[in-house]
Amino acid sequence: MKNSAVFQQNLKVRHIKERVHRTLMSLATLTGIIVLTLLLIDVLKDGAGWLDWQFITSYPSRKPAEAGLLSALFGTLWIMVLTALFSLPIGIGTAIYLEEYAPDNRLQRLIQTNINNLAGVPSIVYGLLGLSLFVQALAMGRSILAGALTLTLMSLPVIIIAAQEAIRSVPEGHRLGAFALGATRWQVVRNIVLPQALPGILTGTILAMSRAIGEAAPMIAISALVYLTFIPISPLDRFTVLPIQIFNWVSRPQEDFQHLAAAGIIVLLIVLLSMNAIAIILRNRYQKRTEE
Amino acid sequence: MLKEWLMLPLAIMAVAAVLMAGCGNSQTAPPTSSGLSGTIEIDGSSTVFPITEAVAEEFRKINPQVRINVGISGTGGGFKRFVAGETRISDASRPISASEKEQAAKNGVEWVEMPVAIDGLSVMVNPQNTWAASMTVAELKKLWEPESAIKRWNQIRPEWPDQPINLYGPGTDSGTFDYFTEVIVGKAKSSRADFTASEDDNVLVQGIAGDRNALGYFGYAYYVDNTDKLKLVAIDAGKGAVLPSRQTIDDATYTPLSRPLFIYVNKAALVHQEVKEFIRFYMTEGPALVTEVGFIPMQPSVYDGNLAKLP
Repeated sequence: MKNSAVFQQNLKVRHIKERVHRTLMSLATLTGIIVLTLLLIDVLKDGAGWLDWQFITSYPSRKPAEAGLLSALFGTLWIMVLTALFSLPIGIGTAIYLEEYAPDNRLQRLIQTNINNLAGVPSIVYGLLGLSLFVQALAMGRSILAGALTLTLMSLPVIIIAAQEAIRSVPEGHRLGAFALGATRWQVVRNIVLPQALPGILTGTILAMSRAIGEAAPMIAISALVYLTFIPISPLDRFTVLPIQIFNWVSRPQEDFQHLAAAGIIVLLIVLLSMNAIAIILRNRYQKRTEE
Repeated sequence: MLKEWLMLPLAIMAVAAVLMAGCGNSQTAPPTSSGLSGTIEIDGSSTVFPITEAVAEEFRKINPQVRINVGISGTGGGFKRFVAGETRISDASRPISASEKEQAAKNGVEWVEMPVAIDGLSVMVNPQNTWAASMTVAELKKLWEPESAIKRWNQIRPEWPDQPINLYGPGTDSGTFDYFTEVIVGKAKSSRADFTASEDDNVLVQGIAGDRNALGYFGYAYYVDNTDKLKLVAIDAGKGAVLPSRQTIDDATYTPLSRPLFIYVNKAALVHQEVKEFIRFYMTEGPALVTEVGFIPMQPSVYDGNLAKLP
């Protein structure tokens, strides 16, 4: 009798605790969603009316009605493509080596610690590194190539870490099974590990690339340009990117430029979402295939 | 499957290529009448940027083959590139410093200084502030000097309210900060540090607009576009309080906070016809554009003087 009363009371407290925590967790989730929604509403309200074909196909102008972001849009596309081309093979290659080939010794652990720390370095530091290494020492000038390589350096740690996690999550039994059939290490990596790890790798890549495309600080260090009236046609051309253009519009005194900035943010979001959509489509195709 | 994961970058590239091809065609430059071509790289002050951008935009309409790239590294950042010979023109919201001159001489860079506009640094308070209609330069110095003890309005004048004073100003990398500290405190870059600093003047506008006890300073152009959110403080430099306005900045009665804005031109670059033509255009069409973007033009003789410096 006594025991049962204690138990009842306990049960009540536990149920209350359960509800409290459940509410807290859902509130935590809501915070993110609400902030994102508010941001989107605010940006759309400010900028949607300014977003038209003229805005996409015009160069910057002192007159808000005539201004556009053509040069910045192409700068961002160039940077995005080149950064993906450089950082994906290097990042995935590093992850495969560290997970599948490298012996577990002090050197390997040292490399691992360094990669983890590099993921936390502020982006402006990469900008200054890129400025002295690519722009000056390697004489690439303030070019798209120098910008893309700088963002590659910045994205690599995140891509490597995400790819490592994904590779590690492939069950060891699958590898051993393939080895038992006489597969070489490379055959195991190519046919067993990579297909299963690819969705995770792509998720990490989306995160890293999204961050890279939204960066203004390192790009200001490399390019510094705002007013540019040509579409870059070679990786060695000068360039500007969307975040720099948006940053410049935000700091102008005339209110119309604030609307342009909001419209610019919408374009940047569309570019980001399209890039992510491509990665997600690819990811889903692989998930299906590996499940089959 | 390896081939297929290569598809991600390839797909992005394909999209970009299609877009580029699409836009490339529509962007073929119309036949040029001037025949000028080449690239003019400009960097420097973000205050001067709107003027140079306006001039570049108009110049491009006549000379579509000349590429003009304008950056906003700040006056100091711009000079760093200018004295290394990296840029042909530098925008500046203060004159070139002694150490920058030295660097230029070391690198064999010769230059010409050309004043292009006047900006009136304005001291601003919240529209609800009914007391601070004017301040003397000495009061401003006492308020802004390093380790200033002034925390409340009534410490400036006893009849002012016993309310905290919240300060706003531009970031320490800006030419505006250099200029204000030099003429008010007496030494460039010497300022109290406990104020809200931002390189983005709109942050300062918002801060002052939402804070009854605020006081801040920035360029007159930002006041012109926000007259409903800000109130100007008249400045008394010993000859009576003067409010900044087009009139008082132009006739130099608004003192000492009126400052000239400059462009610096690399002398060696002036042998290139496109640079020379651009400067000529800047000095003839510039004054109207200066007004349009919110600054006050120099006297006509100043632009003529600049033109006379061309080879």
